[in-house]
Amino acid sequence: MRKYVPKDDVQKKSYYTDRFWVAPRVPKEMVEEGSHFDSVVKTLSDVIELKEFAIELGQLRIVINSTDNFKALETLKNESGYTMLSEMSAVDYLAKDKEFEVFYQMLNLNEAKRVRIVCRIQPEEAVKSVVSLFKSANFAEREMFDMFGIKANNHPFLKRILMPDDWEGHPLLKTYPLQGDEFASWYEVDKIFGKEYRDVIGPENRDPSNVDRYDGQRFSRVGYEVPFGSEINKDKEEENPIAYSKTFMVDYTTGTKTLSKRK
Amino acid sequence: MAQHQVNYASSAGLPIALTSVDKLVNWGRSNSLWPLTYGLACCAIEMMASGASRYDFDRMGTIFRASPRQADVMILAGTLSKKHAEFARRLYDQMSEPKWVISMGSCANTGGMFNTYATVQGVDRIVPVDIYLPGCAPRPETLQYAMMMLQKKIRRESADMKKNVKQRIV
Repeated sequence: MRKYVPKDDVQKKSYYTDRFWVAPRVPKEMVEEGSHFDSVVKTLSDVIELKEFAIELGQLRIVINSTDNFKALETLKNESGYTMLSEMSAVDYLAKDKEFEVFYQMLNLNEAKRVRIVCRIQPEEAVKSVVSLFKSANFAEREMFDMFGIKANNHPFLKRILMPDDWEGHPLLKTYPLQGDEFASWYEVDKIFGKEYRDVIGPENRDPSNVDRYDGQRFSRVGYEVPFGSEINKDKEEENPIAYSKTFMVDYTTGTKTLSKRK
Repeated sequence: MAQHQVNYASSAGLPIALTSVDKLVNWGRSNSLWPLTYGLACCAIEMMASGASRYDFDRMGTIFRASPRQADVMILAGTLSKKHAEFARRLYDQMSEPKWVISMGSCANTGGMFNTYATVQGVDRIVPVDIYLPGCAPRPETLQYAMMMLQKKIRRESADMKKNVKQRIV
């Protein structure tokens, strides 16, 4: 049988949030002497400067200077057996540190080990392309350019990969609004019909529960029916008041309870 | 044994059927609606199922065409991204008159759950929609019902397409 737990505060608990809660950090472990990762660190530190390295979740994470990224990956590939670049992209830390973090996730198929090469770059900076080392970096760097605007020097074909070529803005930046900026909201209208059609088509409806009572074409009226597509306007309705069931139309804005009273 | 005799008109068995041009033309149009295979997302799976043997659109005279030049109906089945909107409109423009549009599923109707920067918030922003088909994804029966509703709508229309002015300009 389950242990009896008093459930008085169960509802209260879900509403409770700790203002001083801090997200737990991934614990960092030291690289052990003589381990595989130790040899990787030694090979790399002969070639480039390592700013920081530690084992996180069983993977080696190495922070390097952004100018050393090609050399680091070349060394890992040719000398440590990391023959696969499984993923690479960037993280937007502009709000926190005014920097991007570019990471390269490497995989050693023989040892089944993973290394993550991390470097920080300024927003105006570019990174060296690693396409000549890893073919998989081709699309990944294009996506990084598309989503963050980070350019990769010497990339064979650096253009947007997901968004249209004439798109403005880089959607994965934290400053990019989820529902799009003004350019995004009119993109298809501008492209197909031209800007003068904006007034005809009107702005996007971003409210999924929106019901327009005065649109006789796309909504049927609640409580009574009108012919399809008939023009209804507010003034006309006042002249000839039509009785409709109020029970369907609950106006939540004119309640007696206010937020402060409920508290 | 049942006796079958075609009674062309009730008047003395004359081989005459009386009708109007509108009705005759619309009878032809509504009973051979050829949709464009235009699957954009998961709704396309349901659209394919509707066309296949179990739900069997062919028996309604609805045969999917792979070319907009041969199609009467555009079934926009799925999420329309802003990048693709241009091409959807181009395919619509390539269809010959008379043409109709079915917006299939929540995503095509309103953008659905993709309330984001990259999704068209309702295909009626780019093409005039005749039937909005709700559901996520709508079952094949629902699409079948939408086709039947479209047939009903066509039968109501005038055969002269100039008279059928779409109320929305788009």
